[in-house]
Amino acid sequence: MLLEAPFTEEKIRALHVGDLVEITGVIFTGRDAVHKYLHDGGKPPVDLKDSIIYHCGPVVVKENGKWVVKAAGPTTSAREEPYQGPLMEQYGIRAVIGKGGMGPKTLQYCQKVGGVYLHAIGGAAQVLAERVVAVKGVHLAEKFGSPEAIWEFQVDRFPAVVTMDSHGQSLHAQVLAESTEKFKSLLG
Amino acid sequence: MDAKVLQKNLLELIRRTSAELPSDVVRAIEAGARKEAAGSNAKYAFDVIRENIGMAKVKSQPLCQDTGTIIVYAELPSWCDEKTFRKAYEKATAEATKVGYLRQNSVDAITGANSGDNLGPGSPSFHFHQASGKALTVRMMLKGGGCENVSTQYSLPDARLGAGRDLEGVRRCILDSALQAQGKGCGPGILGVCVGGDRGTGYIAAKETLFREMDDVNEDPRLAKLEKRILKEANSLGVGPMGFGGATTLMGVKITHRNRVPASFFVSVAYMCWAFRRNGFVLSEGGRITRWLYPS
Ligand code: SF4
Repeated sequence: MLLEAPFTEEKIRALHVGDLVEITGVIFTGRDAVHKYLHDGGKPPVDLKDSIIYHCGPVVVKENGKWVVKAAGPTTSAREEPYQGPLMEQYGIRAVIGKGGMGPKTLQYCQKVGGVYLHAIGGAAQVLAERVVAVKGVHLAEKFGSPEAIWEFQVDRFPAVVTMDSHGQSLHAQVLAESTEKFKSLLG
Repeated sequence: MDAKVLQKNLLELIRRTSAELPSDVVRAIEAGARKEAAGSNAKYAFDVIRENIGMAKVKSQPLCQDTGTIIVYAELPSWCDEKTFRKAYEKATAEATKVGYLRQNSVDAITGANSGDNLGPGSPSFHFHQASGKALTVRMMLKGGGCENVSTQYSLPDARLGAGRDLEGVRRCILDSALQAQGKGCGPGILGVCVGGDRGTGYIAAKETLFREMDDVNEDPRLAKLEKRILKEANSLGVGPMGFGGATTLMGVKITHRNRVPASFFVSVAYMCWAFRRNGFVLSEGGRITRWLYPS
């Protein structure tokens, strides 16, 4: 299904684990440095209300004076587990895109504030870069370096799967529980 | 051979390895995709992966932005010494980084500083052997961080798994490694496994065994049987691509063994992600590539 900006609480609450979404609108990249910075009280350089944060350290180059995204796959989200939930609440971040899923704390905040975790396809750097149709800006690049900066990406039908929703469901927890059961039976 | 010619050929090897998946891997991915239900998230993950493979090849750009640890095996003939090869490969690596076949991916372990050209202590990671003939054979692998982080090593006996020092114990460990990895190593994965050895040689051998063809059969009938069984059982876990749930958790299991000391029994598992980038070539003294080892 299409998920178009503005990313309101209503739209996010309508999503459920297993839904395949294609995102159109502006998303912000942010990984370790940005999360730590915001958590330590740093002022966000962009308005994060009803925003989507993408755990991604993209490869962006300037060609003929224009930013071009060369690779933009997701990075492992688990590292932001301590920060993510509180930041979602404080700034009104509605969705997080990444890979590998996040833990119970983030899941709780998703429920509380009306948020979701969106799983992008790990390793699909080229396909995902192709869906970034324009670079609208970059922030904190001098401070953190290009891969750790906040990039403002205009995306068109950026694909991801809802793996944690605002109703307390986590596909990661489900798959882990089911596969663990199966594993036990295989060991006999 | 002129050092420039060697360097140029090595640069092409790096480009190909980073941008093009070998056909044996692509076939395994296609086979996995066919097993997933239409409309499922697993099928969708495969669709995106397949599209990505095609796109990287056409654009001659990295399949995945994590271009990984650079692991190199060279069989050196009398006309190419270690120093010459190392220098040529390092220059090719720096050039590959500059033109974007490789990401700036090598960080000083103490200071955290990125060297910017993928060179530094242990990077690339070289393994040299003497060639028996006149040709230079080079194999390389790009091993990403996500899948390296879920690679693991067991010391038998393992009480948690009820795993003793026999092939049944080995089976339990390997299955457990697939379970623990879930989707975090960008599955569907391929496991390289070494039974025995010490902690160091075990991991090295586990990675080396990933150079086998995806659809080959282990020469050792006992291990061939075990590989087949574990592949089937791991896929019955239902973890699926990206951990979305589905029929394809693993695409291959490759097991090798090394002698151990009586006191130790290690099972080392190297998890490789779907972006299984490995290639190699045979180079004549005249500087001509006579064969690609993993045609794409
Ligand atoms: S695990 Fe493999 S596919 Fe995933 S991000 Fe790392 S290198 Fe890329």
